Amino acid sequence: MGILVIAEHDNGAIKDSTLSTVGAALKLGDDLSILVAGKDCSGAAEAAAKIAGVSKVLKADSDALAHDLAENFAPLIVQIVKSGNYSHVLAPGTTFGKNIMPRAAAILDVQQITDIIGIEGPDTFQRPIYGGQAIATVKSTDSLKLITVRATAFDKAAATGGAAEIQSVDAQGDSGLSSFVSVQETKSERPELTSAKIVISGGRGVGSKENFALIEKLADKLGAAIGASRAAVDAGYVPNDYQVGQTGKAVAPELYIAIGISGAIQHLAGMKDSKVIVAINKDSEAPIFQIADYGLVGDLFDIVPELTEKL
Amino acid sequence: MKILVPIKRVIDYNVRVRVKADSSGVELANIKMSVNPFDEIAIEEAVRLKESGKATEIIAVTIGPDKAQEQLRTAMAIGADRGILVKTDAPIDLGGVEPLAVARTLKALVEREKPDLVIMGKQSIDDDSGQTGQMLAALLGWPQGTFASKLEVNDGKVTVTREVDGGLETLTLTLPALITTDLRLNEPRYAKLPDIMKAKKKELEITDPSALGVDYTPRLQVLKVSTPPERKGGGRVSSVDELIDKLKNEAKVI
Repeated sequence: MGILVIAEHDNGAIKDSTLSTVGAALKLGDDLSILVAGKDCSGAAEAAAKIAGVSKVLKADSDALAHDLAENFAPLIVQIVKSGNYSHVLAPGTTFGKNIMPRAAAILDVQQITDIIGIEGPDTFQRPIYGGQAIATVKSTDSLKLITVRATAFDKAAATGGAAEIQSVDAQGDSGLSSFVSVQETKSERPELTSAKIVISGGRGVGSKENFALIEKLADKLGAAIGASRAAVDAGYVPNDYQVGQTGKAVAPELYIAIGISGAIQHLAGMKDSKVIVAINKDSEAPIFQIADYGLVGDLFDIVPELTEKL
Repeated sequence: MKILVPIKRVIDYNVRVRVKADSSGVELANIKMSVNPFDEIAIEEAVRLKESGKATEIIAVTIGPDKAQEQLRTAMAIGADRGILVKTDAPIDLGGVEPLAVARTLKALVEREKPDLVIMGKQSIDDDSGQTGQMLAALLGWPQGTFASKLEVNDGKVTVTREVDGGLETLTLTLPALITTDLRLNEPRYAKLPDIMKAKKKELEITDPSALGVDYTPRLQVLKVSTPPERKGGGRVSSVDELIDKLKNEAKVI
C-alpha cells in the first residue's frame, strides 16, 4: 500500500509546507507518491522528483487546475486514489489543503483527520483541539486515511537527494461550478511566516498601520517574518495572512517576539510551540508574560527602536 | 432566495478549557456554552443579505442536545426566521457526531428545504476540524467558497473573496453555493431585548438523525485527550541590554 502526498506549489517550485508533509508521510511508510497538479507545473514536478524519499511524481497539468479550485482538484484526488493502491493521503494543513482535502474525503466517504501533530501508528494520530488547549489521540477506523498535516510539527524532508520518475496523469475538465477572478498577493521580501526562524508579531498595542513600521525595521534587522494578533488584523494594521493563532497560522520558530500582544488563548494556540518567546508589553499583568521566556515590561515605542538599534 | 445557516453549540471562546481527569474528553458540565463564533458571523451575513433584499428566508440548523435550542434562539434573535434542531445525545465536540456525519445530516435538510445558499463557519472552535462545509458542498455537488471575507450575490452568482495563506483570492461561484466564513466577513450585531423576546415565538422544529436517515457511529475513536505540556514561562528581563545578552548568550537564538 502506498502513500500519496498532495503537493502545494506555485507551478515553478515546491512550497516548504509540502516538504513538512513529506516528512510526516515518511513516518508512515516508504512507498511515497506525490501529486503535483497545476498549470505549466513542470518546474514543480521536477523539484518534487528531487525530494528525498519520494518514489514517484504524478503530474497533472491542465487549465482546470490552474488555481487550485476545489471543485476541479478534489475529483482528481479521488480519481488517483481509486485507480491506485493507497493507504494514506496527506496534504499540508494550509488554506490550500484545508480547502480541498475535506471535499475529496466526503466523495471518498472518509472521515478526515485534520492538522495532525504526531503519528503513533498507521491509524493513530495526535491532533490539537480547542485551540491547542487539549491534544486528542485518535484512531481511524476508515481503511483509507485522509490527513492534513500541521507543518510546524514535522521535520522537513530534504529538498534534494531523490530521483523519482515523473508520470503524467490525465485530469478531468472544468466543473463549471467555480471560476477564478483574481488574487491580491501580499508581497514581501521577508521569509515565509510559517517556516521563518524568527517571527516578530505585533498586536493591538502597536496602535496603527503606520506604527507597524517599527515592527518591520526590527524584522529586517533580524531577517525575521512578521506576524500579528487577530486584533491587529481586525484593526487593519496588517493583511489577513499575517494572523497567528487558532484560526490563523501556526508558527514554531526558534525565536518569537510578541510586541504589544496581550496573549489571548486563541493567539497562544498559534505560537506557544516556539522555542524561545520574548514578550514586550506595557501591562505587566498581560497573560503573554506567563508563557514568555523573557518578558520586558515597558513602552514598546521606546523599547523596539532601542532594540533595533542595538542589535 | 432562501439561506440555510448551520450553527454549533460550543464552549464559549472566553472559557479556559479543562481536560477531564480520566482523559476521556474535556469538562463540559456547568460550562458557559455559546454559538460558535464563526457561525455567528454566518448568521449575521445571512441577515444582511435579507436586509438588502437579496434573501427572503433564513433557516438556522443545529445538531446537538435539547439545550442547543438556546443557540437556535440566539440565531433567531439575530434575525434567522426559524430553527431546526436535530436532536442527539451523542457528543458533538469529540468522539460522537463527526464532520462527515454532520455534512450528511445537513445534506438531508438541504434536499428538504432547497436553499440557494448555505453559509456556515469555517471551523468550530471545539474540535477545530474545519471540514464540514467542504464536505457538504462535495455531497451536494455544489461549489464552495471557503474562508470568506467578502460576499456579493448578483445575477445568480456569488462573488466571494477568500482569506488564503498568500493574501486574498476572489472567485465566482454558480448558485446554489456553499460559503464558509472567516473572521473579517462582518462583525455580528448584539441581539436587542425586543428581538430576543420575538425570537422566543419563532418556529423551532425538533427532529432526529433517524428521521433524516443518518447515522452517528463515529469513524474516529478518541483514545485519549490530554493537556499539552505546560510551557515554563514567566522569566523577566529589566532592560533591552539584558534582553539582547540573554538572547545571544543564554538562549543562543540570535
